[in-house]
Amino acid sequence: MDTTDSTLHRLPRRRVLQWFAAVAAAGENLPLQGFAQTGAPVAAKGYGTDPDLTKFYAPGDVWPLTFSDTERKAVTALADIILPADDFGPAASSLRVPDFVDEWVSAPYPEQQKDREVILPGLAWIDEESRSRFQKPFADVSEPQQKAICDDLGQPEQKDPQLKKGAAFFARFTGLCLGAYYATPEGWQAIGYVGNTPTGVFEGPPQEVLDQLGLEQTVKD
Amino acid sequence: MPTIPVSEAKPEYDVAIVGSGAGGGQMAYTLTLAGLKCVMLEAGRSYDPVTETAMFQRGDQAPLGGVRTPDKHFGFFDATVDGGWEVPNEPYTQASDKEEEQFKWWRARMMGGRTNHWGRISLRNGPYDFKPYSRDGLGFDWPISYEDVEPYYTKVEMLIGVYGSNEGMENTPDSPPGVLQPPPKGRVGDLMTQKAGKKVGVPVVPIHRAVLTRPLDAKTIPAKLHPNNKKAQKIVADSMIARAPCFWATPCGRGCSIKANYQSTTVHLPPALATGNLDIIPNAHAREVILDDQGKAKGVLFIDKTTGKEERVSAKAVVLAASSGETVRILLNSKSNQFPDGVANRSGLVGKYIMDTVGSDLRGQIPAMENLPPHNDDGAGGSHFYSPWWLYGEQKAGKLDFARGYHIEIGGTRRMPGGGSPVPGNFLKGLYGTKLKEEARRYYGSFIGLACRGEMIPNEHSFAELDPDVKDKWGIPVMRWHWKWSDQELNMATHAQRTFTEIIEAMGGTVQGGPNREGKETILKGGETIHEVGGALMGSDAEKSVCNGWNQTHDVKNLFLCDASPFPSNADKNPTLTIMALAWRCADHLIEEAAKGNL
Repeated sequence: MDTTDSTLHRLPRRRVLQWFAAVAAAGENLPLQGFAQTGAPVAAKGYGTDPDLTKFYAPGDVWPLTFSDTERKAVTALADIILPADDFGPAASSLRVPDFVDEWVSAPYPEQQKDREVILPGLAWIDEESRSRFQKPFADVSEPQQKAICDDLGQPEQKDPQLKKGAAFFARFTGLCLGAYYATPEGWQAIGYVGNTPTGVFEGPPQEVLDQLGLEQTVKD
Repeated sequence: MPTIPVSEAKPEYDVAIVGSGAGGGQMAYTLTLAGLKCVMLEAGRSYDPVTETAMFQRGDQAPLGGVRTPDKHFGFFDATVDGGWEVPNEPYTQASDKEEEQFKWWRARMMGGRTNHWGRISLRNGPYDFKPYSRDGLGFDWPISYEDVEPYYTKVEMLIGVYGSNEGMENTPDSPPGVLQPPPKGRVGDLMTQKAGKKVGVPVVPIHRAVLTRPLDAKTIPAKLHPNNKKAQKIVADSMIARAPCFWATPCGRGCSIKANYQSTTVHLPPALATGNLDIIPNAHAREVILDDQGKAKGVLFIDKTTGKEERVSAKAVVLAASSGETVRILLNSKSNQFPDGVANRSGLVGKYIMDTVGSDLRGQIPAMENLPPHNDDGAGGSHFYSPWWLYGEQKAGKLDFARGYHIEIGGTRRMPGGGSPVPGNFLKGLYGTKLKEEARRYYGSFIGLACRGEMIPNEHSFAELDPDVKDKWGIPVMRWHWKWSDQELNMATHAQRTFTEIIEAMGGTVQGGPNREGKETILKGGETIHEVGGALMGSDAEKSVCNGWNQTHDVKNLFLCDASPFPSNADKNPTLTIMALAWRCADHLIEEAAKGNL
C-alpha cells in the first residue's frame, strides 16, 4: 500500500494546507502569524557567561516560562503519549518534561528560538487538527484518538512535503521530550545508564558484557 | 584562589608572568619554589575548582538540560566561564570571507586558563617530532631534541600525575619505570575498537592522561623533583597529599573538586602560592611588554578590567604564557622605537606559522552493542584507550599522500544522558509510547565515535596579525586571522575517514554520515580542535626565528614565551604536556641565567 496516499486519506488535507500556508506567508523560520498564541519572540536574557554552576536549577528559574494554559495542556498530553507510564518508568509529565519543553521554547538563544517557531505553531495545529477530527482539543480526546493523530505525524517516510513538515514538528518535539526525560534518575533507569556515583575501583565492563561481545579485558590488575 | 588587587602589587618583582594556564602555572611553580618573587596577570576572574565545580549535577538540574548555548559553548557544566569562541568585548576578525579560510579562536578568560577545558591527554612528543624537517623536508626542525626535553617530560608527569602504559612503540616514548600511574580498565568502546583494530592493523593501547588513578607518592616524588630544596619538597608534598585519586564519576571537563585531574589551579598554583612568592592579579588584560632604554623588558602594561584603567607591573624578566594567539597579540602591540613592528619581532615572524590539530570525526552504530546489560561506563571522565600513529613505515616507503601522523581518540558510549536525545533521532523516527522507550534503550550505548587528531604542517597562509581598524573595548588592536589547510591535512583526514570506516565495519557496524568521506568535507575548521600553536617560531637563527631553544626571545634576552607559541611543529601529540615540559626547562634556564647576571 502506498503510505503517502493512506496518510493523506486519514489526515484532512485542508488543515495541513492551512498550517503550511501560514508558514509560507511568514517565511520558513519566522513565527507564524496565523496563531495568536505564538506571540512575540522571547525577549528575556540568558544565564550569561558566568552562571553559578553548582546551584540546582528548575525551569523558570533563569528566564520566564511562556506557555499558555492551552499550550501546556497540549504539551502535557502529547508528551505523555510519547513517553507514557509503563514498565520502563513514569510518564513524561511526572518527570517535568512539559516544564523542560516550556523552558526550552522560552529560552533566549537562537537554536531554542528556532525550535519555538516549530513547536508553538505545531501545538496550535495539533489542537486544531484534533478539533477538526474529534471536536475537542488534543488533550481532551481519547487515547486512541490521540494515537491516531500521532500515527499520522509519526509516519517516517513522508513524501508529501507538507506532511513532512508535520513529521518534523513531531520529531523535534519527541527529541526535546527524550532529552528531558533521560536527564532524570528515572530516565537513567529507563534507558540503562548506570553511573555518576563515586567508587573506589573501576572494574570495567562486567564479565557478562565481555562474554556477550566476545571481548577480553586487556588492562590487567 | 588567593589574589591581590593591583594596588597591593610590589614595586618590582623578579618575574612577571602573563597567563595562569599550563605554561604560566608551570613557570610560577618552578620559579617561586626556587625563591623568585613573581607576579601573575590573569585576564579573567579568579576561580576555585574545589567550590565551583558541578561534580554530580544532572541534566535535569541545569537550564536546558545542560546543553551548549552561546553563553556556555561546551555545555552548562563545562568548567570554562567567561571564555569560548567569542569573548564579550574582545572581538577578533578574519581576513577572508570564505569559511574554510577562517580560524575559530577559542579563548579562556579565567584562572587556570585552558587547563580548565582540556581533555587531560598528555602525550610526549617523540624524537621524530622535534626533527620533522630533517625527516621529510617539510616545515621546521626544533633547535632542541627529544633528549633535551625528556627529563622535563618525566618531571612534569611525576608532578601532575599521568596514567598510561609503556608500549615501546615507534616515536611514542615510554616513560621511565614507575613514573606513569596505572591505566584504567578498558571500557566496551575501547575494547571493541582494540579488537577491531587488530583485524585491520590499527594498534589500540591505553592512552596517557593527567588523572590520578592512585594517590601521588608524596613521600618520594618531591625529593626527586626538588633535590636540595627542603622547603619546596615540603610544599609539594602537602600539595600532593591534598589531591585525591579519581573516584570514577563525573566528566573531567567540568573540572575536579577532589583535584584528581590536572588543572593549573589544583596542581601548579597552590604550591606556588604556598611559597609566599607569588602574587596573582586577576582581571588583568595584558596590553604591552614595557621596555627600558636598553631594550630589555621591565614590566607589563595592562588594563585592570575592574576599573578600566591602565596599570603596570615591574619585573626583571617577563614571561608571556597567554596562549599562542594572545601572546602574538601582546608582542605585536608592544611597539616602540626599538621595535616598530612589535617587540622581539626583528625577524618579522611574530604571528607566522600558526597551526592547529587536524580533526576529523566519525561515528558508527554497532548492532552487537545494542541492548547490552546496563553497567557503569563512566571511567576516568575521559579517554582510556587510543591509537598512536602506526604507519611511520608506510610513510617512509612513500606509500601515503601525507607526511605526518595522526592518533585516534575513542569516543565514549554509555555516557550520562541529559539535555539532548541520548540516541540520534534517525534511529527513533516516528516512534512513540513504550516502543520508543524500548528502542531508545536498545540503541543507547551502541555508538562508537572515532576522532582523528593529526599533525598539521606549518604553512605561509596560516597566520595572525593585528587588524588595522578593529579594537577591543579597551582600545587595543585585535587579531586578524588567515587560515588554510593544505593537501597534507586534507589527505590525512581522508585517510582517517577510510581507516575509521574499516574499523567500524570490522565491528559489524554502520558508519553514520556515510563511509569513506573525503577529508575536505570532514575536516574540522582551523582552531576548532583548540590546539592553536606557533606564531613565535623557535629556532637557532635570530633572523629566521623569534625565540631560541629556551623559549627566550632572540631580541630581548629577559623575555620568555612559555605557551605553545614557540612550537615549530604541532605533532599529533596534544600540546599541553610539551608546553609544561618546555616551561619547566625554561624556568630552570631563567634561574641559571639570572644567577649569572645574563638577563
